[in-house]
Amino acid sequence: MLYNEPSPLEVKILTKRFGLANSESLDTYLATDGYKAFLKAVEMTPEQIIEEVKASALRGRGGAGFPTGLKWSFVPRTSPKPKYVIINADESEPGTCKDRLLMENDPHQLIEGILIAGRAVDSHKGYIYIRGEYRYLIEAMDRAIAEAYSRGYLGKNIRGTGFDFDLYTHTGAGAYECGEETALLDSIEGKRGIPRMKPPFPAVVGAWQSPTLLSNVETFSAIPAIIRDGGAAFAALGPAKNGGTRLVCLSGHINKPGVYELPVGFNLLRMIYEVGGGMRNGKKLKAVVPGGSSCPLLKADECDISMDFDSLAKAKSMLGSGGTVVLDEDTCMVKFAQRIMKFYAHESCGWCIPCREGTNWLKKTLDRFHSGAGQKSDIPLIGELSKNMLGRTYCALGDAAAMPTISIVEKFPEDFEAHLNGKPCPYEHSTELAMA
Amino acid sequence: MTFSPELEARFAKLLEIYPPGRTRSAVVPMLLYAQDEVGHISAELVEEVARRCQVKPLQVDEVVGYYSMLHRKPLGKCHVQVCTNISCLILGAEELYEHASKTLGIGNKEVTPDGQFSLEEVECMGACSWAPAIQLNYDFHHHVTPEKLDQLLAEVRKAH
Ligand SMILES: Cc1cc2nc3c(=O)[nH]c(=O)nc-3n(C[C@H](O)[C@H](O)[C@H](O)COP(=O)(O)O)c2cc1C
Ligand code: FES
Repeated sequence: MLYNEPSPLEVKILTKRFGLANSESLDTYLATDGYKAFLKAVEMTPEQIIEEVKASALRGRGGAGFPTGLKWSFVPRTSPKPKYVIINADESEPGTCKDRLLMENDPHQLIEGILIAGRAVDSHKGYIYIRGEYRYLIEAMDRAIAEAYSRGYLGKNIRGTGFDFDLYTHTGAGAYECGEETALLDSIEGKRGIPRMKPPFPAVVGAWQSPTLLSNVETFSAIPAIIRDGGAAFAALGPAKNGGTRLVCLSGHINKPGVYELPVGFNLLRMIYEVGGGMRNGKKLKAVVPGGSSCPLLKADECDISMDFDSLAKAKSMLGSGGTVVLDEDTCMVKFAQRIMKFYAHESCGWCIPCREGTNWLKKTLDRFHSGAGQKSDIPLIGELSKNMLGRTYCALGDAAAMPTISIVEKFPEDFEAHLNGKPCPYEHSTELAMA
Repeated sequence: MTFSPELEARFAKLLEIYPPGRTRSAVVPMLLYAQDEVGHISAELVEEVARRCQVKPLQVDEVVGYYSMLHRKPLGKCHVQVCTNISCLILGAEELYEHASKTLGIGNKEVTPDGQFSLEEVECMGACSWAPAIQLNYDFHHHVTPEKLDQLLAEVRKAH
């Protein structure tokens, strides 16, 4: 199903089957180039497949943007241990709602991407880790997997190629932290999701102590197009070192929120005003969360920017997971920071003290501040407490809590000043207006 | 404990799909699927899952405390989950949550006296572009307003 109208500005590579009748069925998939890339990949050597993925300049869509081909090359293919492919479908970064659509509308594209990855790293078993809230997708993926088995696209000797692969779904049960790759590994082993020390990276020591290739749903879904049409064609869609398209999840105060497939490097203002139909009720743009709640925010005057990994890094933010949240002039940034911190305090697994304590202190400080009981000295304190978490934890959850918070206090001090001396929040009725 | 044949089939599959000797991996899925059938995670269920996965009951118990979807007490027949995270927040999710709380007469993680409804303020559920979003049990509802929520709750009441 689609939940919003497509935009004419989209470049449909991964979403090209969205909207077709029975787009999720194997027959539709086969009628539209389905599994051709896999059959091509079995004719290639693993090295050739990895070179093609490198040439595509595909970078991980889970958030960190690590070059996918390079990651594949780290898996010790000749290790005598079994190797696993794990698909991260935990999708819980606030602002992100795209993996859902890829699994719902084109599950076979994902399965084909996984098969090609398996072939490249000599793995014969994969697990799709799906967040527990997405129960309907566990059923949908199970149906697609069963269909693939019944027609010989999974299991032993796939389509007579001699390649074996088994694929299963695994449900999470509500924990943002389990989207972090090493916590996910503990979770799939049946434990609490606590991050592991890196190195060793999952590619070398992953699930059940074995080499594991772990990537996001969208990353795997891009693989069939790359192998079918060549890495160079995919790379050419975006700027240098930033290949392809991305499913951008536009949300917030715009006229046409929705998930749109756009070339990496699409201009952010054009996303808002052309793809997203502009600001609601003619309001002024105030800020944008570029790629999920973990990213530093951009002020309105920083939004004339190419949405690629390198341009955002240069602007001291991140492209992240594709969750682009647009905020208008009536948004209280103290309230926004408070809600972000409430999330991270709730989701911190508690393993690393700077994160466990830091997020709670910050939440309390921001709660107090928003209620009007803040002091001027709290403003720099919020930034300092946040900076104290940076780089001091096993996983990046502490950083993810700190980075947006630092950007908000530094870029919107006037919103904090406006809450001092017991003043009520100057924006208190803004959400009601937004709903009208 | 006895379960439906469908759940037993699911359990049997879970004990097969992980590498040899790794049945502990089945603990979380087994707990969630079982909870969906029996309503909540009792001490008896913890023992049962431990026995089936060949782990210590404590290893199951510590997991129950970690995952937010696993509940030790029964929820309402319809569990109303309102997302108030960023994309929903800025489109009125807190007002929506307040409305739900007032209408149902219960607070966060509480159950109505007749056991029909429970309420929970939840984190991002992956529906940000169609905010504000809620889930009634596992069903998603997008672009929810207080009026739409009233309608949805009325439909649930009728169906019960
Ligand atoms: C706290 C935290 C939560 C994360 N949640 C997710 C998630 O829900 N989905 C995801 O694909 N990656 C998530 N990641 C990133 C993963 O650790 C990992 O980098 C990613 O799945 C790798 O896939 P990629 O190479 O395709 O990007 C999260 C990271 C952190 C630190
Ligand atoms: S923020 Fe509410 S669904 Fe994502």
